[in-house]
Amino acid sequence: MKTDIIIAGVGGQGILTIAAALGTAALNNNLNIKQSEVHGMSQRGGSVISNFRISDKEIYSDLVPFKGANVVISLEPMEALRYSSFLAEDGWLVSNITTYENIKGYPEFEEIKKTIETIKNHILIDADKIAKEAGSSRSTNVVMLGAGSWFIDIPADEIEKAIAEIFKSKGEKIINGNIAAFRAGREIAKTFIS
Amino acid sequence: MKKLLLGDEAIAQGAIDAGLSGMYAYPGTPSTEIMEYIQHSKLANERNIHRTWSSNEKTAMEGALGMSYSGKRAMVAMKHVGLNVAADAFVNSAITGVNGGIVVVVADDPSMHSSQNEQDSRYYGKFAQIQILEPANQQEAYDAIIYAFDMSEKYKEPVLVRITTRLAHSRAGVSLIDTPREQNKLSLPANPTQFVLLPSIAKVQYHELLKKSTAFIEESENSKFNFYTDGEDKTLGIIASGIGYNYYMENFENMPSPHPVLKISQYPMPKSKVEKIVNECNEILIIEDGYPFIEEQIKGYLTNNKIHGRLDGTLPRDGELNPNIVAAALQGKKFEKLMPPEVVKPRMPAMCVGCGHIDAYNALNEALKDFEKGHVFADIGCYTLGAYEPFNAINSCVDMGASITMAKGAADAGLYPSVAVIGDSTFTHSGITALIDAVVDKSNIVVVISDNFTTGMTGQQNSNALGRIEDICKGVGVKEEHIRIFVPIAKNHDEMVKIIKEELEYDGVSVVIPRRQCVRTLKNRALNAEIKELGLV
Repeated sequence: MKTDIIIAGVGGQGILTIAAALGTAALNNNLNIKQSEVHGMSQRGGSVISNFRISDKEIYSDLVPFKGANVVISLEPMEALRYSSFLAEDGWLVSNITTYENIKGYPEFEEIKKTIETIKNHILIDADKIAKEAGSSRSTNVVMLGAGSWFIDIPADEIEKAIAEIFKSKGEKIINGNIAAFRAGREIAKTFIS
Repeated sequence: MKKLLLGDEAIAQGAIDAGLSGMYAYPGTPSTEIMEYIQHSKLANERNIHRTWSSNEKTAMEGALGMSYSGKRAMVAMKHVGLNVAADAFVNSAITGVNGGIVVVVADDPSMHSSQNEQDSRYYGKFAQIQILEPANQQEAYDAIIYAFDMSEKYKEPVLVRITTRLAHSRAGVSLIDTPREQNKLSLPANPTQFVLLPSIAKVQYHELLKKSTAFIEESENSKFNFYTDGEDKTLGIIASGIGYNYYMENFENMPSPHPVLKISQYPMPKSKVEKIVNECNEILIIEDGYPFIEEQIKGYLTNNKIHGRLDGTLPRDGELNPNIVAAALQGKKFEKLMPPEVVKPRMPAMCVGCGHIDAYNALNEALKDFEKGHVFADIGCYTLGAYEPFNAINSCVDMGASITMAKGAADAGLYPSVAVIGDSTFTHSGITALIDAVVDKSNIVVVISDNFTTGMTGQQNSNALGRIEDICKGVGVKEEHIRIFVPIAKNHDEMVKIIKEELEYDGVSVVIPRRQCVRTLKNRALNAEIKELGLV
């Protein structure tokens, strides 16, 4: 068993939280993990990714090979496209539709959308809205994790346990909000997979 | 016990478990998390391990030397360019040797993710003629630190551990030893002149160091970090160092390599192992993440068509490696980077919304608007982002502290106005001596010290400049009436412009201090309390 995941977004969008939840779940399930992050300069509103690899065998490279990712989960649509070249032939692109426009000349959303739609397997959801409806407006990242969880070889309830674990110090309300967000993302994504 | 750790954290945990007494560092991506981990470690707290930030990498290295002199174990961590700053102390520490073990961890940044160059620190280790370790993964990083302390105390020399960004900032499960080792007790060097590098003593010490080189090679031959794996297809042999080994092995989906492989993670190189693989294979591919360090040594000066790697173009001459680059080299193809679709635009890092540096640059740009562009020498920190749109405010960023001395040199040449922009933490890192040069020469410069009470870019670590800037400036001879402080916010814009203009008019050294807390630290209670106590707001 092996899953190669790319998590993409803009610095500050909560990529490391997704990675922490997956890392905890993988460790609890005795899987090997390699998870590479971006620290430093790019965290100031730049483009950031995390390479996340889990396997029951030894993992060598900290980086996912090009055209090797089973899933690219992106918190921002242009960032989804930036890393779409990592997708394996049958891999899935799962992206939030809310744009993060902190640069000059940010492209029209319709242009981005059209390009994403040329990718064979893609899921585009309004994670910000879904998070709000789930009662946890700051959990956009966890909604995206839920949506992408269909393509990750760890049982969903194990990921939920890990979410509870990493938010433990923040109290019951935050934990429940994040689990609701995770489930809502997972539920919506289901409708895209047939 | 298995813990999920960043490479940096594995190194920190390894040092604690090896009986560390003193950790010395200045923040620098990708090395920062080593010190941060030790600062937050329960065991480090119980053991009272020294773990506050040094002013720069040189003072860090020297602090470690003092700890070692006193018989205790010390570790120093820095980014690759930090070793340039620490180089004097580092190279000479090989001549003095150590008393308590010293491990120097340097995190290189191939592809310059967060740096001004991609220099390879292994050359420094070779230059100092000491042992170097280059772990390939997080577990090896942990094990290598404990082993490095053993080596350091066995040979009484510092040991260099070289990692790269990818290992520093990637997590994996790491198995820890059951019982952390005891710390050393206080004990002075047996030889009282060991650390006195007067020529007559230094010559003797240097010969001692040279004598160790054979033993160092012997250790590398027997090291668990260097291993040879046989392969049937001897038309090609692979020598791979550090994480270069991973990018090679990634190509075989957990099957054994078809070619013989020599993995190197300890230097000086294991000579007989290298000779074996070079002799038995028709051609050799050398895979190393960094400069062609091994390749140059094996290939030598004369033409040697058997050895392939970064020098003959089989692998790219620069930049970080990855599995695809190595795969292309194995297939004899040119590596083609996959480009994102055309609609994707670059997204550069930028200063945060509400950042005080922004208001400072707006004021500076206006104060300078009647002059041609090209008068501002900046430094290393978040404010370096002032080079980008919409500010286009700065004209240099070379090394820590260079802003002030470059502005001074330009003023020496007759440039007017000549302005330096430096942050608070960078000022105490390497700006003070530069300011003294300017005061001595009565240089006509304006030094903007953009003070946000923190070391921002690397993640808001403590700044050794906190509450000390005016006293330092006065102390080195800047006239009090030309030290001007203001709060950089939009409503003060006109006043800021006026102050900067006045100081541009003054023929001498002026220091202008825009002072406002970094917006990312506003919830840091300890810092807030300190700022209040110091009366900085």
